[in-house]
Amino acid sequence: MMVIPCPFCGPRNETEYSYGGQAHVAYPENPDALTDEEWAQFLFYRDNPRGSYAERWQHSAGCRKWFNAVRNTHTYEITHVYRLDQARPDGLPKAPLATKEVGA
Amino acid sequence: MTQHQNHQGGRLERGGRLDRDQSIGFTIDGTALTGYVGDTLASALVANGRLRVGDSIYLRRPRGVLSAGVEEPNGFVRVNGDHNESMLPATTLELRDGLDVTLLDGIGVLDDRPDRNEYDKMHVHADVAVIGSGPAGLAAAKEAASGGARVVLFEQDFELGGSLLSDPTITVAGQGALDYIARVRAELEAAPEVTVLTRTCVFGSYDNNFLVALEKRDEVASAKGGVSRQRLWHVTAGQVVLAVGAFERPIVFSDNDVPGVMLASAVKTYVERWAALPGRDVVLFTTNDSAYETARCLTKAGATVTVVDARPEVKAAVSAQEGARRAGLTVHTASAVVGIEGSEGVTGAFVAPIDDAGQLAGDAQLLACDLVAVSGGWTPNVSLHSQRQGQLAWDDALSGFVPSAGVKNQFVVGAGNGTYDTDDCLIEGARAGRGAAAAAGFPASSSADDGDAVAESAEVWHARQHRAAGTVRPLWAVPAPDGSLDTHFVDPHRDNTAADVLRATGAGMRSVEHVKRYTSISTGIDQGKIGGVNTIGLLTQLLSGNDAKAIPAGQPGQDAAEEVELTASGQPARRPTPGTIGTTTFRAPFTPVAFTALAGRGRGTLFDAARTSPAHSWHVEHGARFEDVGQWKRPWFYPQEGEDMDAAVARECRAAREGVAFMDATTLGKIEIRGADAPEFLNRIYTNPFLKLPVGKGRYGVMCTVSGMVFDDGVTLRLADDRFFMTTTTGGAAKVLDWLEEWSQTEWPELDVTLTSVTEQWSTVAVVGPRSRDVIAKLAPELDVSKEGFGFMEFRETTLASGIDARVCRITFSGELAYEINVPRWYGLKVWEDVAAAGEEFGITPYGTETMHVLRAEKAFPIVGQETDGTITPHDLGMDWVVSKTKEFIGKRSFSRAAFTEPGRKQLVSVLPLDHTLRLPEGAQLIEPDALGDYTGEGLPSAPIAMVGFVTSSYHSQALGRSFALALVKDGPTRVGQTLLASFGGQFTEVEVREPVLYDKEGARRDG
Repeated sequence: MMVIPCPFCGPRNETEYSYGGQAHVAYPENPDALTDEEWAQFLFYRDNPRGSYAERWQHSAGCRKWFNAVRNTHTYEITHVYRLDQARPDGLPKAPLATKEVGA
Repeated sequence: MTQHQNHQGGRLERGGRLDRDQSIGFTIDGTALTGYVGDTLASALVANGRLRVGDSIYLRRPRGVLSAGVEEPNGFVRVNGDHNESMLPATTLELRDGLDVTLLDGIGVLDDRPDRNEYDKMHVHADVAVIGSGPAGLAAAKEAASGGARVVLFEQDFELGGSLLSDPTITVAGQGALDYIARVRAELEAAPEVTVLTRTCVFGSYDNNFLVALEKRDEVASAKGGVSRQRLWHVTAGQVVLAVGAFERPIVFSDNDVPGVMLASAVKTYVERWAALPGRDVVLFTTNDSAYETARCLTKAGATVTVVDARPEVKAAVSAQEGARRAGLTVHTASAVVGIEGSEGVTGAFVAPIDDAGQLAGDAQLLACDLVAVSGGWTPNVSLHSQRQGQLAWDDALSGFVPSAGVKNQFVVGAGNGTYDTDDCLIEGARAGRGAAAAAGFPASSSADDGDAVAESAEVWHARQHRAAGTVRPLWAVPAPDGSLDTHFVDPHRDNTAADVLRATGAGMRSVEHVKRYTSISTGIDQGKIGGVNTIGLLTQLLSGNDAKAIPAGQPGQDAAEEVELTASGQPARRPTPGTIGTTTFRAPFTPVAFTALAGRGRGTLFDAARTSPAHSWHVEHGARFEDVGQWKRPWFYPQEGEDMDAAVARECRAAREGVAFMDATTLGKIEIRGADAPEFLNRIYTNPFLKLPVGKGRYGVMCTVSGMVFDDGVTLRLADDRFFMTTTTGGAAKVLDWLEEWSQTEWPELDVTLTSVTEQWSTVAVVGPRSRDVIAKLAPELDVSKEGFGFMEFRETTLASGIDARVCRITFSGELAYEINVPRWYGLKVWEDVAAAGEEFGITPYGTETMHVLRAEKAFPIVGQETDGTITPHDLGMDWVVSKTKEFIGKRSFSRAAFTEPGRKQLVSVLPLDHTLRLPEGAQLIEPDALGDYTGEGLPSAPIAMVGFVTSSYHSQALGRSFALALVKDGPTRVGQTLLASFGGQFTEVEVREPVLYDKEGARRDG
């Protein structure tokens, strides 16, 4: 049972939260400009690192706010939590393939 | 000391942690015996001269109590009562007055009578959790608590003290062991933030120091009714100190399971803690120093002891050996017990000399005895450490797998860490307690009992551990004079012997995990506590050369792979050690836990919340049968006297199509959406446009996932320019709100939208059928219900004849003229009753979900989750009209992916069985007729058969007078008119493919 510090409510049990997958995967500005393959990259492909991973959580049984957390996928340790309007902490892995330049 | 021959023939006159003023009676297999408060069932049996317990599970060999703790593999009982509990170890069962038990032969039977006891759960957060209350655990808890940290101390026994209870005469921190326990206990109980839990076993250790423990509370529960007899503790701890001790290993020799063969430490515990003497003429067979303490206490208790020591000389234990000699012991060095005389109980031990290779070096002599105490060395209890993937390493000097690297925020101390000297345990425990307290932010304040000893380097500490442990000469299997291994029991509970291990390696098993599964060793109730390491030790003797090289990597405790040093002949230079092999994986639970304890109060009606509509009582009174839809209890159908489900549904369908009927639609999800940008928000969520929906009107909408799959549907009303009322499917309400919030917060935070679930605030009655207008006219006299005055997909705010304000909509899920009356939930029952009364003259009929399904299927209205499964687009449902070609919405880009536009997608059609009475099973597969090839109907057709679709909904239609079904079929619309075969239950039946809508294709009935 992880204890996740909600940026708005403080530390709460994992059971109060729901998981939202990888963070910082921007919805493409112009989906119609993407090839099928690029669109599929956005839809279905996410990173799966062993180590630090920026991901989205919702405090669904609490304030219902979404936020980002950096979790170590090996140890389950959560090292950062931050609001959606805050920048990603320094030194984290870069955004995934899905956000690559159109046509790249 | 003389033996007091009272009714408890094996009870010593003095000593023990017993309340001798409280003699209590118990019954075992119908025989009445007595013991004392403070006894376990096993100690009371020993005190009554009974070592013999049930037989073994498969071989039916007589067995005796082997241990004094949770590792017991033989002594199992059933506790008889209103609900019998089976397979409880006698060694941990606290004796209580009137206890009635039956000895079991290694297996129990689950009582099929219900267990009516209470079970509950506690959820707590602690700064420091200390597990185990031996010297290391007590020292740790004391230090951890001294700075004010919130400490929970867990002890699985009913008394604190652990090994100290078996060493009552030693001095601990300057005072007697029992005084020390009492002092620390008093200190802990005086600390406001400390919780001491006895009878509480931590059986699982999970990420983030999440611990699960079972507390046994029988004495609390029997003292006052209505409280739980077992309690599950869920604990999240900042720091964890594991002070969980070690298990003594038996020795594997011929007939080592005869009653009267007992672990040496257990013998000491029975004598010292319970003043119960298991035998008077004792052969003590040991591989190490620790058993000399047993010899000492036995001698003191008046027993005669002959020591058989595997070691050629006892260098490191000079003092112990000298002490033993002084106590008048006979010691046979370089010797082993090679066999037992007796079958129902020990009458003698065969003792023979052994050579350096552990082989017999002379003839065996028979020593008469009534007890053989054995010590094969010690195994640190690493279960909880290893459950967290804590690392282990084989320590040859300690002859055990020992934690080699800590888990984050955990400390391993005491015998569980290979620290066997009591003073060292105090030092290690206190250090961990202070470390844990400091890490938790509550630095210890007291001066420690260890005098704040200066921390040594790891090497120095290891040397100290090794010195204290003395030398160990493990004997993984003692040869029998006749060479057999058939009664060398490795895992007594599973009746597995050294011969079984030999068969496993002979069959090619090299990994300890494979040997475990080939033999079933360690799969019994003690989960390898008794036999695990002995099995691994045995493997070191059985695997050599290329076999040893073939041992796969990846086990806990396994040495890092290294270049195997080869001899000139190409063989590995030395035999494997247990570290070469590693251990099996440790998993929760550490000790057995009843499912009923895991369930706690979550049984019966408390298993899950049941949601009911305000009119639920009316439905019950009118004989409704209910179906579960999510947590909702929805009326399914309302059978009248003599009606079965089909008859009731046919009658309800007739009423809705020909007269008037009403249904409770309260369960539909309802979400209010407010804000200046609410229209734009909905326009992006739904596949169809919502920007220009006029106030006062509603619109059916479909929402899709980003990948373009149908996610939910429903009608949304525009209440005001900036205010909408969305309905969702009954089962989808929560996930739709989640979905809307996710997009609102994460992608479109710039949109001014507020989302509120109002499912519980509104009650909804659907009034359906050609006569529904008449009913609504009576109920809502202020409303113009004419076709012209109240159009389809419009709603009106009105006041009902009853004075209740209502929102009435013209929406249909049956194709018939229909209205939905929404009122505040408080009035739900009243309005439902009013509808029933107003409709009485028209023969109004209540209907349930089954009729609703039939009516909508006749019109091919899909149900999300029934006609869709996460792979179905609106187009697949024939609903191209609901997908905007001009605006942007969630999922739009996906519709132009090749996979969506190419042929071969499964699409909605109806299928009609040629047999009009046949109702196809939902899920039946559809195939093309020629797919069967030359199949004659005998046996099974040759596989594989390409399937082209499957049935999603299937009913009998009252309106059509026949059975029908909806189906998803590859390129369905192009197959209309074709005949397919439906496959189910081993038969193939012809069905005709039709367009989805079978009834009222023109939609002529909608306006009445």
